[in-house]
Amino acid sequence: MSVLVDDDTRVVVQGITGGEGRFHADQMIEYGTNVVAGAVPGRGGERVSGVPVYDTLQAAVTEHDATAVVVFVPPAFAGDAMFEALDTSVDLVVTITEGVPQQDMSRVYRRLEETDTRLIGPNCPGIITPGQSKLGILPGNIFTAGNVGLVSRSGTLTYQVVDNLTQRDIGQSTAIGIGGDPIIGTDFIDALELFEADPDTDAIVMCGEIGGEDEEEAAAYIDDHVATPVVGFIAGRTAPPGKRMGHAGAIVSGSGTGTAESKIDALESADVPVGDTPAAVAENVENRL
Amino acid sequence: MKLHEHQAKGVFADTGIPTPSSQLASSVEGAVDAAESIGYPIAIKAQVHVGGRGKAGGIKLAEDEDEARSAASDILGMDLKGLRVEQVLVEEAVDFTDELYVGVTMDRGEGKPVAMVSARGGVDIEEVAAEEPDAIVREHVDPAFGLHPYQARRAAFDAGVGEVATDVARVLSTLYELWEEQDATEVEINPLMVTADGEVVAADAVMNVDDDALFRHADLAEMESEAAADDLERKANEYDFDYVRLDGNVGIIGNGAGLVMTTLDLVDYYGGAPANFLDIGGGAKAERVTNALDMVFSDENVESVVFNIFGGITRGDEVAAGINEALGQFDEIPKPVTVRLAGTNAQEGREILNTDLVSVEETLEAAVQHAVENAQEADR
Repeated sequence: MSVLVDDDTRVVVQGITGGEGRFHADQMIEYGTNVVAGAVPGRGGERVSGVPVYDTLQAAVTEHDATAVVVFVPPAFAGDAMFEALDTSVDLVVTITEGVPQQDMSRVYRRLEETDTRLIGPNCPGIITPGQSKLGILPGNIFTAGNVGLVSRSGTLTYQVVDNLTQRDIGQSTAIGIGGDPIIGTDFIDALELFEADPDTDAIVMCGEIGGEDEEEAAAYIDDHVATPVVGFIAGRTAPPGKRMGHAGAIVSGSGTGTAESKIDALESADVPVGDTPAAVAENVENRL
Repeated sequence: MKLHEHQAKGVFADTGIPTPSSQLASSVEGAVDAAESIGYPIAIKAQVHVGGRGKAGGIKLAEDEDEARSAASDILGMDLKGLRVEQVLVEEAVDFTDELYVGVTMDRGEGKPVAMVSARGGVDIEEVAAEEPDAIVREHVDPAFGLHPYQARRAAFDAGVGEVATDVARVLSTLYELWEEQDATEVEINPLMVTADGEVVAADAVMNVDDDALFRHADLAEMESEAAADDLERKANEYDFDYVRLDGNVGIIGNGAGLVMTTLDLVDYYGGAPANFLDIGGGAKAERVTNALDMVFSDENVESVVFNIFGGITRGDEVAAGINEALGQFDEIPKPVTVRLAGTNAQEGREILNTDLVSVEETLEAAVQHAVENAQEADR
């Protein structure tokens, strides 16, 4: 079992003719993802990575009965691409694109709330159910199937924690990279709710970072609604206030909200152990399983 | 990107928001000339990106030429919380009866903009927010429609700003339009002064622009290098790195924001002090590696460097080749470099790495500890 994606997920790659889109479409297909089509305006009728390309996303989705869209469209056009994806009413949209302007994202978010579609991202590595399907740029070879759900704001930090889990022979049910932007679709609480409902997820790892209050809100949610053991990590303990640490969302405000300390305190008071190092996170998982 | 006060005031004034007359100066004589042409009394204000400029001595009032000269020579060249003051804004001193606050920012939790008014301007608004949250009236904005005029009026009236409420509402509406048109992440006037004549004037101006939207604002992008805080940050802009300078001595290079932050945290955890945050992003071609090393070696505080790459799609052997090539260009490696490669083709990468140039560690923890030890050794 898993959450959101599996063998039955039928994927359209939006922006499949671009360098990133093409490369990762190949990688996804190689991993076993059921990529059914691509969509790029003006490139309809071509074949890329062995799948047909359509001029409009709607045509690609309708023609192939797709259930998910992965967005590899450059930042200036990604907002428009997400509106197009939401209008097709697919179940899941995963936006990999980094650098989507915040105000574009604010409008997309508003539209998202009117639909039944789930959005993951933007500025995220995607989602993977090991051995079945990956949507995004996660390196499939480092993941193994198992019973730990993982949700993270950072891509490479996810890989690091997975590496530490692998050293202890602990596999993953599904790993979700929710992205490092200030405005994102699926957040920690959404992911926790999904993992809690998944009978084959026996523990959850949640990797947060400085900025915003999502981790604090997630901690309160865990306290009230999550029976599955949760283990945490927070990046950015040494980040100075007012500086954007790479991710647009990773910033401690001048007034001191969004600090690592506040997040760690909130998680620990919800009985979520927060490791000092990624290796300690894996150890905590082992102890809770 | 943070605009300087004088840059933000220019943008505000262009939209019709009343601002005091002012001139920029970079020398004492220039400041005195500016003061003469504006007319006394004047305020002399340091143009640096630090909060609490006034308290730190970065803003002074002058009634005449002598005072202007002495204020300008005190402020120009001074060190304000680590930043050297290169420019001052010489500005007409406003005779005010009240100080208000107006601003627009993104409420990230709600995913939508929020417009704010408070009658308690002129002080740190974040302190007001913490101590007396009800003193700030907030109006969330539906991004599809923008700030409705009635919302701006409601905010102004509910904030109790008095007779100037409709003027304040107009300023707030203008500020929102500006926020939207210029892809700002934050715009703020604190204080918005109310004069004895019952006019409102923007005595300060804050404008932060979304870095990710600069591609559609060429005019603002031009201001960027001028707005950069120091030489290293300017260099990072040129190299297109996400870089933040800190005050420690362990230089850090890695890929992915979360993992680089974690590396900083581990340096601290093992008793060292991080010198910087540097995310080289995906791929690690030799040129990118060379530029990253140039960045950290350019920081005179750096005594030791840790290079931490988790190869996902990026392959460890390619990264290793890039590191060899980049370090091979030096006759002598300026500071010891510790490399940790993990993920795709990491084993191959470790075998390729030239151990005459770098130390190689297998785990993140070991690499960080080694780099911290190198830095401590250099300190002795």
